[in-house]
Amino acid sequence: MEKNEYLDLYQEMVIIRRVEERAAELYQQGKVGGFLHLYIGQEAVCAGIASVRKPEDRIITAYRDHGWAISSGIDPKIVMAELLGKVDGCSKGKGGSMHMADTEKNFWGGHAIVGAHIPIAAGLALGDVYQGNEDAITICMFGDGATNIGFFHEGLNLSKVWNLPVLWVCENNQYGMGTSVERASAVSEIRQKAEGYGMRNERIEGMDIMGLRKDVTRVMETMRKEGGPYFLEIMTYRYRGHSMGDPERYREKEEVKKWQDEDPIGIFRKYLLEEKIATEAELDEQDDEAEKIVEEAVAFAEASPDPEDEALFEDIYTEPRPIEYRGYEMAHESEGA
Amino acid sequence: MSRMTMREAISKALWEEMERDESVFIQGEEVGLWGGTYAVTKGFLDHFGEKRVRDTPIAEAAIVGSAIGAALTGLRPVAELMTINFAFVAMDHIINEAAKLHYMFGGQFKLPLVIRATSGGGRQLGATHSQTPDAIFAHFPGLVVVSPGTPADAKGLLKSAIRSDDPVLFIENATLYQTRGEVPDDKDYLEPLGKSKVQREGDDVTIVAYSKMVQSALEAAEMLSEDGIEAEVVDLRTLRPLDMDPVIESFKRTNRAVVVEEGWRSFGVGSEVASRIYEQAFDYVDAPVKRIAQAEVPLPYNAKLEQLALPQTEDIYHAAKEVLYG
Repeated sequence: MEKNEYLDLYQEMVIIRRVEERAAELYQQGKVGGFLHLYIGQEAVCAGIASVRKPEDRIITAYRDHGWAISSGIDPKIVMAELLGKVDGCSKGKGGSMHMADTEKNFWGGHAIVGAHIPIAAGLALGDVYQGNEDAITICMFGDGATNIGFFHEGLNLSKVWNLPVLWVCENNQYGMGTSVERASAVSEIRQKAEGYGMRNERIEGMDIMGLRKDVTRVMETMRKEGGPYFLEIMTYRYRGHSMGDPERYREKEEVKKWQDEDPIGIFRKYLLEEKIATEAELDEQDDEAEKIVEEAVAFAEASPDPEDEALFEDIYTEPRPIEYRGYEMAHESEGA
Repeated sequence: MSRMTMREAISKALWEEMERDESVFIQGEEVGLWGGTYAVTKGFLDHFGEKRVRDTPIAEAAIVGSAIGAALTGLRPVAELMTINFAFVAMDHIINEAAKLHYMFGGQFKLPLVIRATSGGGRQLGATHSQTPDAIFAHFPGLVVVSPGTPADAKGLLKSAIRSDDPVLFIENATLYQTRGEVPDDKDYLEPLGKSKVQREGDDVTIVAYSKMVQSALEAAEMLSEDGIEAEVVDLRTLRPLDMDPVIESFKRTNRAVVVEEGWRSFGVGSEVASRIYEQAFDYVDAPVKRIAQAEVPLPYNAKLEQLALPQTEDIYHAAKEVLYG
């Protein structure tokens, strides 16, 4: 890795955190609506994995997706515009916090029904195998909570039966909403579930981005050589509640504090200093730059207009079909893209 | 034109589309080695091979979910759910994913996906395997819901469904598989999605139906014809988007209508069609629209009881008489 790559990666993690912090503020101001799930604390996972994937590798994740959107290459401006429901958002303001995607960046969302994207990920990998994209890997993230739902088991089983190149990534942040792994899952070491499907699996640490990058690179090299699925359980932690409406009765402040002491940005910063890759001043400069980028993103999003009324009827189907409007028969047609 | 069964027409549509386009493939329970639980895909595995004829685990969320994923990569999967009763196991993927991904991501995602499933009762399969829940699926914007009533339409509509970039739920009635009809041989024979069709002309009463009930309506129309009554039979063919034009055009001539569906009446297809007739042709109404449907019970196993519950040709015949003569 070149020095500028280290700095970019560091800056990306800081940007993700600032975006989340600003999103929380904008939510409090009523500018972000609906549900908002913050990724703060887990930044090393998305930045680390996305930084070692190849462009042909697909990324698909659950609803805690802002970090993944940014690490996949979506401009923070576009992410922020989507959070504000604006026309310049990556889903044209129709998806919101939980439904971001950019197919050109090979980022396939942003899926809000727990575990539902897991069989879809198997299908993405099937598409690559079918079309002879030999090297492509589909990287599918989900939380520990999703491993208790049927979709997870159907998807994992299919990927093994059909030998599909999916890197299953359980971001184990130790709580499914407010219920701890121990209270919801028959096994607390989630990777054991993959064992039941005869699938290669590992549990790795998720707070140290350099270690994580090394592990994931090794795993993906194995996958490209041997084919088939692989299961990674990545130990991580979210500092904020499940969503903005979380009373957080299920954990002690000391626990959160303990994890914050192992902060992924702090760990990476320390690494860069100790390895003499960057100086304090250079990293402070990255912090300032990140701050500036996020403030510009907020300004861009605030200035971006709402979608036109006509957008209501756009993209229901890919070709014009009759659409009802609040009781007025056949008043509109769905406009294809 | 060739005379063939509905099963053959569906099979031919699939075969021709797979021959035409390498990106079309089928997957589902027993579509390969077994040859399809209703023998629709017999011979496909030998001809097209395992890559394109994919036996799946009995796991409907995986069948539909993975088909969605494959469709997102540009393939054209035809996923077979043995019966629509199993679609409930894949409900999230049909309703929350297939119907919404295109819209929700601002038009980025395309889903050229077909889900095939048999619907309907009459085969003594008991309450869980005999339902006609088509209307449920027609409730959701983003899905196209098709259900043909003749072999020719089955072929032309399935081919259109496969070529469409929208997700299509293609509902077949298993008791129609042996029904014969003339089917165009043209490999590019397409029937448009979202268009109703007059299957029999007549000026005295309008009978609106779809799927198997089209055949029952045509039988009833013959019975009525012997009594000197000429019924027009309009086949909806697609439930969403619903094309009312031929229905309204017909109703304005006949001023009387019977709407027939095999499923339950409450909140059903007949309810939707009848209200639209009132909304769009109120001044032409000479008698209340009559809705014929299934008895509102879970379908029983016993053959006699099951037939008692299902709508019969005689019901349509009597309903037509009722709207004509009160």
